[in-house]
Amino acid sequence: MEEQELPYVLIDTIGGTHGVYEDHVEFLKKHFTLITMKEFLENKNHLSEKIKAIYMWWHKPAANQELLRSLPNLKMIATSGAGMDHLDLKLISSFGVKVANTPFAVSSATADLGMVLMLASARRLVEGCQIAVSPNTEHFAADWLGDEVTGATLGIIGMGTIGYMVAKRAKAFEMKILYHNRNQRKEEEERAVGAIYCKKIEDLLQQSDFVMLVVNLTPQTDKLFGKKELELMKPSATLINISRGPVVDQDALVEALQNGVIKAAALDVTYPEPLPRHHPLLKLKNIIITPHIGSATTSSRRLMMQNMVESILAALNGFPIPNEVIP
Amino acid sequence: MFRVKAFCLIEAIHLATGCPRLAGRLIHPAVVCHVHHWTKRSTDSMWSYRTGPNSSGEAGVSALQTKIMEQGELPVLLVNEVGGVRGVLKAHVEFLKKHFHLITMKEFLKNKKHWSKKVQAIYLWWHKPIIDRELLESLPDLKVIANSGVGMDHLDLKLISSFGVKMANAPHAVSSSTADTGMALLLASARRLVEGCQTAVSPDTECFADDLLGDEVTGATLGIIGMGSIGYKIALRAKAFEMKILYHNRNRRTEEEERAVGAIYCTKIEDLLQQSDFVMLVVSLTPQTHKLIGKRELELMKPTATLINISRGPVVDQDALVEALQTGVIKAAALDVTYPEPLPRDHPLLKLKNILITPHLGIKTDKTTRMITEEAVANILAALNGLPIPNEVFP
Repeated sequence: MEEQELPYVLIDTIGGTHGVYEDHVEFLKKHFTLITMKEFLENKNHLSEKIKAIYMWWHKPAANQELLRSLPNLKMIATSGAGMDHLDLKLISSFGVKVANTPFAVSSATADLGMVLMLASARRLVEGCQIAVSPNTEHFAADWLGDEVTGATLGIIGMGTIGYMVAKRAKAFEMKILYHNRNQRKEEEERAVGAIYCKKIEDLLQQSDFVMLVVNLTPQTDKLFGKKELELMKPSATLINISRGPVVDQDALVEALQNGVIKAAALDVTYPEPLPRHHPLLKLKNIIITPHIGSATTSSRRLMMQNMVESILAALNGFPIPNEVIP
Repeated sequence: MFRVKAFCLIEAIHLATGCPRLAGRLIHPAVVCHVHHWTKRSTDSMWSYRTGPNSSGEAGVSALQTKIMEQGELPVLLVNEVGGVRGVLKAHVEFLKKHFHLITMKEFLKNKKHWSKKVQAIYLWWHKPIIDRELLESLPDLKVIANSGVGMDHLDLKLISSFGVKMANAPHAVSSSTADTGMALLLASARRLVEGCQTAVSPDTECFADDLLGDEVTGATLGIIGMGSIGYKIALRAKAFEMKILYHNRNRRTEEEERAVGAIYCTKIEDLLQQSDFVMLVVSLTPQTHKLIGKRELELMKPTATLINISRGPVVDQDALVEALQTGVIKAAALDVTYPEPLPRDHPLLKLKNILITPHLGIKTDKTTRMITEEAVANILAALNGLPIPNEVFP
C-alpha cells in the first residue's frame, strides 16, 4: 500500500544499452513507482490511468501520438540531456503535457569534450597513441608535428551555456575567441572571456583556426554548415561538432576533407549515430569521431537524473518546473 | 704569439685548400677561437694579461668579433643530422644558415682535422649528437652547446663545464605546448577519448551502447608536482575548468601567483597524493626526482585517480606503475614520456587497458619547434659574441 503512494512514472527499461542506469534506480525508487514499457504493455488497462510522468532516458520511450493517447493522466515528460530535437513539442503540448530537459547538467561535461576534441585533433593525439603502441614502431620521428592550440583563434558558433563554457576554457589557453550567435552577449560577458562578436558568420569562418559548433538543432540550424561555410574556412582550419549531426551537411564535409578544403574535423555527433560502417567519413585520415559522449561522465549523468526527478516532482506537485521547455 | 699561430693557420688553410678566400673567411673565427682558447687554458697571470680591462688582448678580441660581424663570417655550428628520424628539422635549416655555417656529424667525422678547430657551437636536437669526452676533446674551440627544449638530464653538465663550454636550454619556447599536452592527456584519459574513437570506427559497432562513461574533469582536484613555468601554465588552464588545484614544489610560489590560479601549496607530497583525482608530474629529471613516484606514492593516491607524466620517464618507477595499474591501486595513467622511448614492443605497459601513451609529443608543433630553434640561436649568438646568455644552464 505504501508503494502506491509514490507517483507512477514510465521508463523504457533498466540497464542494457540505453536503459536507466542500475545505480540510479535506488534514488528513483525513493520518489517514484517505476513502470517499464514492458510492464506497461503487459498491463495497459491497469496502468494506463496511473502513469503521471515519463522519465525519458536517451530519447526512450518515444513520446508518439499512440503513447500519449494511452496515458490520459500524463502531466510531465522529463527528458535527459539538452537537445529537444527528438521531441514533437507541439504535439506533446496539445495533450496538455509539460516538458523539461537538463541543459545545465550536461554543459560542463560537453564543454570539456569540445576542448578535448580540439586538443586531440590539433596535437594528433589518437594517431600518437597508435604510434606509441604499434608493433611496427621502432622510433618516434622528429618531424611528426601537430598544430599549436595556445594562441590560436577559436570561432564558436552558438554561444549559449555550453558555448560560453568553452570560451572560458579556451581563454586559459590564450586563444583568440570569436563567436557568432543569434544574439550578442552582454559586454561584461564578452570581456570576461575576451570574446569578439562576429555578426556575420563569414568573418568568423575566415579568421578561425578552429571552428566549434555548439548550437541547438532547430529548423534554422539544420545543415547550417555546408559547402559554402566549409569553403570560407581556412584550409588549415579544423571543424569541431559537439551539437547535433544534422547541423553539418555531411556529404559536403566528406568532400571538403577529401580535397583539403579544410584540414581536419572532430565530431562527437553524426547522423545517424553510429554511422553505417561503410560511410566515407570512417575512411578518412583527417577526422576523429567519438560516439556521442558529450555528457558521458558518471557525475553529469547522475546530475541529469536528479534534475529530471526534480522537474517531475515539481510538475506533479503544482510548483514552477525547473528546466521547463516551452514549445 | 697567437698571431704567429694564426699566420701559420692561414698558410695551412691556403696550402690545404688552395683557396685564399676560404682562408680569408676562416682566419677571423680561427683567430678568435685561438684567443679564447688561450684565455681558457692560461694561467692567472696570462689571463689578466689577456683579458684585463686595459689589456690589448680583450680589445683585440672585441675588434675581431666586430670584424667578424662586419665581414659576415658565419660561425660553424655542428648538428647531428638534418631531417630523418632525429635530425634538425629541414624547415629550420634556412634560418640556421642565416646565422651559421652548418655542418653535420657525418661531415665532421669525414674531415675531422679540418672542422675540429672551427666548430664553435653545437645545436642538440632530440639529445643528439651525444656529448661525451671524446667529442669535447676534439672540439677545442667549442664555446657553447645549445639544447632544444628544457630538459638537460641527458647532458653531463659538469663534464661540459670542465671544458669551459657554456650550456643553454630553451625553457620559454616549450612551456605552452607542453602544458597543452598535459591538459590534452588529462582530458583524453578522463573522457576515454581513444576508446571512444575506436568504438566509433570499429567494424563491429552496431549501436553506441551507453557505457562509455568517463570521469568529470570540471570541478575535479588536480595535483601538480613541479610548479615551474610549465606547471604554472597547467594550473592556469586547469583553473578555467574549475578544477581545485594543489601543488608540490621545491619552493613555494608567491601569494599572488598562488591566488591567480587558486593553487594550494602542499608541503608534503602525501597530502597532494591523497586528495587528487589527477596527479600531474611536471618536474625536471634530476637525481632528486629520479623515481620520485614509486610504489609508496602510487599507494598513497586514490584508487580512482589518474597519473599523468609529461616530465621524463625515469621520474616514475615504471615497474611499480605496471603493478599499480594491473591491480587497481590507481585507476589509470597517461604518459607522454617513458624510458626508453619508445618502449620495447613487449613491455607490459603496452598491454594495459587503463593507460594512454603518446610518443613524447609535448613540444611537437610547427610553432613550438620553430620557437625552440629561435631561442637556441639567440643563446648561441649571445655566447659567441661574449654577451650574457639568455638561458644559460649551470652545472
